[in-house]
Amino acid sequence: MSEAREYKYIGQRTVRPDGFDKVTGRAAFGADLSLPGMIWGKILRSPYAHASIKSIDTSKAEAHPDVMAVVTYQDYPAVSSGGFEPGDGPTDLRDLARNVLADDKALYHGHAILAIAARTEAAAEKALSLVDIDYEVLKPVMDVADAMQPDSAVLHADLFTKGLAEQPENPSNIATRMELKKGDIEAGFAAAEVVVERDFYTPTVHQGYIEPHATTVRYDDDGQSMVWCSTQGHFDVRASTAKLLSMDLGKLKVIASEIGGGFGGKTTVYLEPVALMLSKKSGRPVKMTMTRDEVFRASGPGSATRSTVKIGAKKDGTITAMQAKLCYEAGAFKGSPMGPGCMTVFTPYDVENIYIEGYDVVVNKPKVAAYRAPGAPQAEFAAEMVINELADELNIDPIELRLQNAAKEGTQTVYGPKLKAVGLVECLEAAKNSPHYKQALPKNQGRGLAAGFWFNIGGQSSVVINMNPDGTGTIVEGNPDIGGSRASMQLMAAEELGIDVSKLNPIVADTEHVPYSATTGGSRTTFATGMAVIEAARDVVQQMKERAASVWNVTTEQVDWADGVAINMTSDDRLTAAEICRGAERTGGQISGRGNINARGAGPSFAVHLCDVEVDKETGKVDVVRYTAIQDAGKAIHPSYVEGQYQGGAAQGIGWALNEEYIYNEDGVMENAGFLDYRIPLASDLPMIDTIIVEVPNAFHPFGVRGVGETGIVPPLAAVATAISDSIGVRMTHLPCSPPRVLKAIQDAS
Amino acid sequence: MTKTHVTTTINGEVIEFLCEPSDTLLAVLRNELQLTGTKEGCGSGDCGSCSVTIDGRLVCSCLVLGVEAEGVEIGTVEGVADKDKLHVIQEKFLEHAALQCGICTPGLIVSAKALLDENPEPTEEEARYYLAGNLCRCTGYDKIIRAVMDSAEVMRGDAQS
Ligand code: FES
Ligand code: FES
Repeated sequence: MSEAREYKYIGQRTVRPDGFDKVTGRAAFGADLSLPGMIWGKILRSPYAHASIKSIDTSKAEAHPDVMAVVTYQDYPAVSSGGFEPGDGPTDLRDLARNVLADDKALYHGHAILAIAARTEAAAEKALSLVDIDYEVLKPVMDVADAMQPDSAVLHADLFTKGLAEQPENPSNIATRMELKKGDIEAGFAAAEVVVERDFYTPTVHQGYIEPHATTVRYDDDGQSMVWCSTQGHFDVRASTAKLLSMDLGKLKVIASEIGGGFGGKTTVYLEPVALMLSKKSGRPVKMTMTRDEVFRASGPGSATRSTVKIGAKKDGTITAMQAKLCYEAGAFKGSPMGPGCMTVFTPYDVENIYIEGYDVVVNKPKVAAYRAPGAPQAEFAAEMVINELADELNIDPIELRLQNAAKEGTQTVYGPKLKAVGLVECLEAAKNSPHYKQALPKNQGRGLAAGFWFNIGGQSSVVINMNPDGTGTIVEGNPDIGGSRASMQLMAAEELGIDVSKLNPIVADTEHVPYSATTGGSRTTFATGMAVIEAARDVVQQMKERAASVWNVTTEQVDWADGVAINMTSDDRLTAAEICRGAERTGGQISGRGNINARGAGPSFAVHLCDVEVDKETGKVDVVRYTAIQDAGKAIHPSYVEGQYQGGAAQGIGWALNEEYIYNEDGVMENAGFLDYRIPLASDLPMIDTIIVEVPNAFHPFGVRGVGETGIVPPLAAVATAISDSIGVRMTHLPCSPPRVLKAIQDAS
Repeated sequence: MTKTHVTTTINGEVIEFLCEPSDTLLAVLRNELQLTGTKEGCGSGDCGSCSVTIDGRLVCSCLVLGVEAEGVEIGTVEGVADKDKLHVIQEKFLEHAALQCGICTPGLIVSAKALLDENPEPTEEEARYYLAGNLCRCTGYDKIIRAVMDSAEVMRGDAQS
């Protein structure tokens, strides 16, 4: 259905509609709103990674003349444990509450204990130092392997492992065990002629958005309370905050500010329920912002993992069996992305016999949040490293080995559905034919290649297109624009309406002005919200035709619509959109189209990345000298922003592979909680990142769109680590491949 | 009570303000003067979101005190465009899609302008090292560097004509 259509707007590299504001400093982000009478909130955080809170004395702080409110866990209505789905997946409400402010236990260094609002930021900070807390310090559990030991200290006395054959008697740090299988794994390995098995480690990493969490709120007893914040999903902020304060959804308006990066990290609440309670108690608007130190210690991060992957193949390259054990750190509360890790780990391969077990394990680190393709980079890193080693063992080109076993239309996934048309083979072919792969590798360099898979999601999106009396339109949507999505919405609406992009203005509305829209995440926005835009635009077109029909006194079926003009098929008379809108007063009032949908049929996106590195054998420092990201977009609505997603995902993955990690001391205190020591890639660290957009249309989207935001972070970990292995002749199985680790690998080998 | 009176010039306009001796220039710009185009990403000189110029020199405003603004000329992102006429660098950032979320953009535009004022013909490597103090987590820098190199070319052409 998506082939052969000639597009007028789709595929154009237009200037984004919010561009002017973003390059001039006018765009208002999370920390940019101040209100009259506003005071400042600050959070007191646990100095211990694991401790019981024996008593809290806030009397001295409350006596401070500038202090206007103090809030602890006890100020909130009691909540019980249980499922609740505000955002990116089920959250346990009690866990959420206890992460926002600790109950009787501090579970990580930096865990929020209480909050104080004062007339100035400095006074609030001063008042925090006046609080007395009596802690009983406990032994921190800092690694997933330790946490899984039967004799480990436990974080939660009421956490019992789910997914075991028998109901366990003792509490454990293992929240869930999960198993996925297909075929007969033992027969699969018995049929194999070559088997490779390795252990892998990936560290705790942070999403690293440049804008810290920030919010400004105003509680109003009788009417409408307001939360302004930087979030990927303001409807979910509303759901969580209202739940924690026991308010009706209709009494809370959440306004999404412009958002300075999220990558999954801004899909939950940290400050908002605290600020609103401070505002309620003080009667004043309250502003809260996190410092960078707080962002590292108490938001995000992405799970550290330990895993084992074993793959067997015949000499001709046919893979016969794939097995994985994947252990994910959830941080202080259950809910790591272990599930998606298990579901993605082997999905690029069409293999008969698969066995996967996954563990979701709590440790004394901040509760993890989604991070771009949550769970997949860690799992697929391990799988792709083993595939590359297998290719070496078999003496088969890594692209050929993948082509021989690639997942394609009809492949039975291990988690349920059969794949529809997907673009992995096309990405592999594009890699094979790329100038990068064809170029011989200089002697002192190493090359690595890896594939990646992410599902992508659909879900609920709402869009209203309000036509104005001059024929211009306002596209009202409910998804914060994190990477140029307003431009995509504008292009899709223009294509459907036949009205020029310059006459269509997309806006991101607050929770009062557009119906519920799920979070900007899961690579869903251009796909799902795009579908809502198309539906709203078609609704507008239908109404335009009806109005024209009434003017011409013909039936609607006798009216055609092309390029923004209604055509009377009986007379060839024409009415432009602007003429119809101008005359709407006489034909039944103004025109407004609606698209409130629950989008199904999100198309998975596969990618293949190529990486060349140069390793300094004296220092272990790795330079990425050439990089190519190839990925299936289904249909690229705005190619520049699609390329941008590929490049940004690659850069984050390169950082993950080379440098990024939380470094903890033995007390469980992070020692590198700043951008100087938690080193994300700089402009001087990277080469240009070449991109190839592959387009295998998604049959479930009118234009063929697949989400593109997440897959790009999956392949780089293995592509970079393989390139290093290729260069130094040692398999790199532990991330990051930082200079000391690479140097040690070189030295150990010689 | 102990606030200090400061007279300074911001984007060509003479401005007076009161601040605590410990307030950073960034805090003054954002909270006192409502010039919120300058962003805070770290508060410790590591991210460049707070980039401004003082007498033409590029600095992190989170590492400068408000009182140090006395008698100097400050340039912020709000002063880069000429009213509604964007600067070449701003236009090129938009043309090349050199921003995704846009939080790093004000700092990068101020820094890129400082670079091109200092060195109208930078190599790609010089541009990358000059801008290494400005973190961007979204783009991988590819399109940013292209926008800056393209701006340099256009600005050189403009200077010759
Ligand atoms: S806020 Fe000044 S360098 Fe980051
Ligand atoms: S565009 Fe988001 S940090 Fe640069």
